[in-house]
Amino acid sequence: MKRATTDPWLARYAFIGILVVFVVIFLLFPVSVVLYEALKGGLGFYFSALTATHSLTAIRLTLLVAVAVVPLNTLFGVCAAWAITHFRFCGKALLISLIEIPLWVSPVIGGLVFALIFGQKGWLGPWLDAHHIQILFAYPGIVLATAFVTFPFVARGLIPLMQAQGSAEEEAALTLGANGWQLFWRVTFPKIKWGILYGMILCNARAMGEFGAVSVVAGSVDDRITMPLQIEQYYLDFSLPDAFALASLLLLLSVVTLVIKIGLEWRHLAPNYVRPH
Amino acid sequence: MNAVPSALEKGYVTSTEETALNNQNNRSRRRHILPGFHLTLGFTIFYLSAIVLIPLAALVAKVVTPTFDYPGFSQVIGHVLKVVTDTRAVDSYWLSFGLSFVAALINGVFGFIAAWALIRYEFPGKKILDALVDLPFAMPTSVAGLALTQVFSNNGGYIGQWLYEWFGWQISYTRWGILIALVFIGFPFVVRTLQPVLTDLASDVEEAAACLGSNRWQTFWRVILPSVRPALITGVMLAFGRGVGEYGSIVFISSMIPYSTEITPQLIIIKLEEFDYVGAAGLGVVMLLMSFAIVATVNLVQYFSSTRRSS
Repeated sequence: MKRATTDPWLARYAFIGILVVFVVIFLLFPVSVVLYEALKGGLGFYFSALTATHSLTAIRLTLLVAVAVVPLNTLFGVCAAWAITHFRFCGKALLISLIEIPLWVSPVIGGLVFALIFGQKGWLGPWLDAHHIQILFAYPGIVLATAFVTFPFVARGLIPLMQAQGSAEEEAALTLGANGWQLFWRVTFPKIKWGILYGMILCNARAMGEFGAVSVVAGSVDDRITMPLQIEQYYLDFSLPDAFALASLLLLLSVVTLVIKIGLEWRHLAPNYVRPH
Repeated sequence: MNAVPSALEKGYVTSTEETALNNQNNRSRRRHILPGFHLTLGFTIFYLSAIVLIPLAALVAKVVTPTFDYPGFSQVIGHVLKVVTDTRAVDSYWLSFGLSFVAALINGVFGFIAAWALIRYEFPGKKILDALVDLPFAMPTSVAGLALTQVFSNNGGYIGQWLYEWFGWQISYTRWGILIALVFIGFPFVVRTLQPVLTDLASDVEEAAACLGSNRWQTFWRVILPSVRPALITGVMLAFGRGVGEYGSIVFISSMIPYSTEITPQLIIIKLEEFDYVGAAGLGVVMLLMSFAIVATVNLVQYFSSTRRSS
């Protein structure tokens, strides 16, 4: 039936066509090119590329960084959401805007700030040198830069979720004699656990895939670079099959993240309740 | 057990004033009905300061603090100004901001078409397409950069080799490559900002427009577009802001030639490698100011659109 709000069929097909072409060129081609190039030499070659020493050290470092950053930012996210949604205090709007700063600035700035503090000519550089403490071009620097760029991921999802839930149930639990821990674990946590998981997988995907911030603080020492940097290293060394093999792992991570994210949105959370930015 | 006489009993205040006082007391006590205020807010502020605020302050302080190389205040400022107004830096701003802006506009057009098709039409595979829109957000930038470079390479790329063979166009390692990467990065921002607004768009307004004799084209320009304009501008600005700071994917697809295909983040890294920390900080502050200008624009657009809707 033709209605007043129906577009002409030409416009309809053109729009759907443009959407499909756009998605194929920009999304499907890159995905398939990674898989094709990674598996071009056969499975045996693929696994030997993944288990090469450089790849393994990069994978190990990436996992270690994520293991440090994700819990820290999750703890922060829960604390910030608890304070912001359950209490009234002045400067709350300012606090929310400050939490979002890392989403706005370039990732390279996220690395630059720590280079300016811990680098050779940075604020603490000479002191660190004198005491033989290595932060820049080492694990602590990578963790700090990654924590900066993934900083708001958990908090941003939890704040609107907890705001919508209100604090009536927590107050009821309090009148029934629950203490702080019981209150959190028995009342609040069951309500927000999917929101926390949602934030954690997004935080994890970004932490493992971060390039800009980490490239500033990681330097170019072979055993101190993460997977995205190792991909670049392979690329610059013209060993493209190794680069694509490692890239396929990160691609797998992003697809798994996307599937979990959509699953959570469909089953437990309102769709698109957190937008990319 | 309350033996202390209230202010009313003592005759200090009238009863209405006491009610006001009690309300005030209740309110200040109400703040702390739930436990954990000091613990959670304390940790929030501590962690925020340690990871974000103090490091950013260190960046800003670096451009005004004399160092060993630049012992005087005026010398530091002079060096910073020299670096940020250098032709190489200015060329990199034009490249970063210009290409990001063009990419954001392209995303505005195609993002609108995509969002419209996803909300208004039914077709097979719609849910999969909708899910795929988030891919640039989930995919690490280095993977995207590597893959796009290969797709648009004139040496055997799926698209690049035909563009080169038929038209002689080279995409990878040129400015066109950077533009492609920026379009890829920014696409989800426009679509995801527009989708909720297009969903909420009441169809009775369109029907009214049709009843009043407007054709579909007039309805689009005069009824639909004005009501989604704030969301469209916001989405375009978000894509623009993201593009300006993008580094990971561009490293792969650009040849990073100074004055030609070198973006500002790359110049910052070069300055750091040359141990010119003051110069790097100066460029960092320029990028920071640009980002805040973009944030301010987004907030202004949202502020004006909300006040106009409420009036």
